[in-house]
Amino acid sequence: MKVNLSDTRKIIQQYRNKKGTLIPLLQEIQAIYGYVPKESIELISKELLIYPVKIYGILTFYTQFYLTPRGKHTIIVCQGTACHVMGGKDILDYLSNKLGISEGETTKEGMFSLERAACLGCCGMAPVVVIDNNFYGMCDIQKVDALVKEYRSKEANR
Amino acid sequence: MIKNSQQLNAFAKEIQTKKEKYKGKTIAICNGSSCRALGADKITQLIRDEIKKHNLDVDVVNVLTTGCHGFCERGPLMIIQPEEIFYQKIKPEDVPEIITETIIDDRIIDKLIYNDPKTKKKIVYKPDISFYKKQMRLLFESNEHINPKKIDDYIGIGGYSALAKALTMEPEAIIEEILKAGLRGRGGGGFLTGWKWKFCRNEKNDTKYVICNAAGAFIARSISEGNPHSVIEGMIIGAYAIGAYKGYIYVRHGYPLAIENFNLAIESAKEFGILGQNILESGFDFEIVISRGCGEFIAGESSALIASIEGKAAIPRPKHIHATEKGLWNRPTLLNNIETWANIPFIINRGADCYASVGSEKSKGTKIFSLVGKVNSTGLIEVPMGITLREVIFDIGGGMINGKKFKAVQIGGPSGGLVPESLLDLHLDFDSLKEAGTIMGSSEMIVFDEDNCMVDTAKFFIKYLMDESCGKCTPCREGLVQMHDILCQITDGKGREEHLDMLQELAWGIANTSLCQLGKSAPNPVLSTLKYFKDEYETHIRDKKCPAGVCKALIEYIIDSEKCIGCTLCAKRCPVNAISGEKKNPHEIDPMICIKCGICYEVCPVNAVERK
Ligand SMILES: Cc1cc2nc3c(=O)[nH]c(=O)nc-3n(C[C@H](O)[C@H](O)[C@H](O)COP(=O)(O)O)c2cc1C
Repeated sequence: MKVNLSDTRKIIQQYRNKKGTLIPLLQEIQAIYGYVPKESIELISKELLIYPVKIYGILTFYTQFYLTPRGKHTIIVCQGTACHVMGGKDILDYLSNKLGISEGETTKEGMFSLERAACLGCCGMAPVVVIDNNFYGMCDIQKVDALVKEYRSKEANR
Repeated sequence: MIKNSQQLNAFAKEIQTKKEKYKGKTIAICNGSSCRALGADKITQLIRDEIKKHNLDVDVVNVLTTGCHGFCERGPLMIIQPEEIFYQKIKPEDVPEIITETIIDDRIIDKLIYNDPKTKKKIVYKPDISFYKKQMRLLFESNEHINPKKIDDYIGIGGYSALAKALTMEPEAIIEEILKAGLRGRGGGGFLTGWKWKFCRNEKNDTKYVICNAAGAFIARSISEGNPHSVIEGMIIGAYAIGAYKGYIYVRHGYPLAIENFNLAIESAKEFGILGQNILESGFDFEIVISRGCGEFIAGESSALIASIEGKAAIPRPKHIHATEKGLWNRPTLLNNIETWANIPFIINRGADCYASVGSEKSKGTKIFSLVGKVNSTGLIEVPMGITLREVIFDIGGGMINGKKFKAVQIGGPSGGLVPESLLDLHLDFDSLKEAGTIMGSSEMIVFDEDNCMVDTAKFFIKYLMDESCGKCTPCREGLVQMHDILCQITDGKGREEHLDMLQELAWGIANTSLCQLGKSAPNPVLSTLKYFKDEYETHIRDKKCPAGVCKALIEYIIDSEKCIGCTLCAKRCPVNAISGEKKNPHEIDPMICIKCGICYEVCPVNAVERK
């Protein structure tokens, strides 16, 4: 698939000659493409004179960045301490089993990506699952099961 | 635009008078992230629609969307002022009744009030709820009275008056006041804030920075979302005291509401002349920018955070040169935790003596904790330093869920120690916690009950820290992997006697030779469980049993054929079809297929499933 680089160019223009802006720049790139495409990295490197290794260093250090396209829906299962105590690990295991993917992966048909988070900061309603910025608190296996079904049927009805 | 402190004062008076004259009701709806996740934004909209439908004038009722009230577990929450009626777990279908019954007819709606899990009593008013009763909410209380998106609301409760006062003081006098108050850093280390300010003030440099560390999770999120102006006010005062002209707020990229509210707060403060040039005609200039950071745990460490703002990977550096000397872009930098900043206006306004009258001998003021895990009431609490663990867990937290037995509480986040029942009278302050083998850290309190296995818990925390280790220094990177490996062997039933000594030895090495505090504190969960729960380790190793029934390799599920009534519920719910049997006849679990998820154990209506 060919990546349209005109957006990358626009973003690079905004960040030219400013210091300490590599992370926000990459965040914006990802907001547009859903991940950070290789072609964008090459262009940033050339335009802003940053070695690709430095950019990859940042991208692979921070879990917020993705180097491959994402599924239509990203499911994040919080694995913070509060969520762990309340059963967050079981939920992650269950989803991983059900969707047939490990964390960081995307289902074959491109519907779901599965992620974990260190802490989503809503510990009072642990365990927490986030799907596309929608927070779901006090989850259990039945609840996430229903959620997956709901998102699937939403897509099917489109 | 407010030009000077007289104008600020007059404006605040104006708002206060208006408030005092107001005779109607105010519906304060929590719109913090947790309550929103439970549907608060929808409920807010419905309330507004319903008010319109009934043609209720603003003199009768107005709606206030606030930040976090703390009692997240009961969300969505609402407080109806002035009576302070506390409604919880509100559903969209409850909204019409709230308006017709409570607002119009002054009647309490029974199903929405709080039912105390301990006393089984129904409680109508917020101050009577045990979760709030023992708290001391010096910082948090205002969350219920302001819309964080409106600077007027903050000014109306006396906001920015501390700034006006500070700008008339000598910078040294401000620092003296902070020192006298005894405020210690809320980011976990407990370093005296005044000292840090003094070091930074003494640096000779034209460019200095202040940073607000809002990288934390639950607590940082609630302050950012609920009262961003209090943080900004603290930062301006700090910047004035040390002579900085630029500040950064480091917030997690994944907390959009926190970023939005900070952005709004900065913009409106600029419009009001509280940020920018010649603040309140003092001649002092200051600007604040937001740095959208990451969710990595290590990014909260001060030098890693500074690296992240500079656009690099969040990796700590050695601390022989302090940030107060060479921090961001190698300039003197004053970095404080978000809660530390939020304490500053209070100290300047009310004076160091007033502040120091709260708390314990060496830890002054209040502290916000997140209280989660197996207690009845979970959420965010603010208590005076020095309160005992027992009061927090059993009075504020309302005791254990389902009356289970308390086993341990972990304090300070993933690298905190686990504290047993015998230490429940421990005082919550920096020094007592350290003595007990844990840390103030991120001020998280996680309560464990008899169903939690301490070896498994230690393993979980080591895994967490192993994943979050930045990998720069060997002891932390490699040591934690080794530790985790040993813990896995123990929970898999392959533990050996000598493993306990090996864990001690590794812990010593990691704690004493790691570069940053992540590695230095990482062995705490293992060390504390080895100290207080050694018997659990021994049972795993010698008897190959997990007393709490958690470690899957050491348990099995069996159906008691005498008790089984053949209802087939377990077979239906088993995710891997490991259970067979005819209807109305005893069922059986095939141990070769069973994944030990425990669902059968939970669903059996006659307790025929046994865990061994
Ligand atoms: C692994 C690790 C994570 C940390 N996370 C945070 C954090 O999320 N927020 C915070 O304020 N301090 C955090 N700290 C402490 C900071 O390094 C620093 O001490 C603190 O922000 C200083 O502010 P204070 O003096 O106001 O406490 C962390 C430290 C370590 C070692």
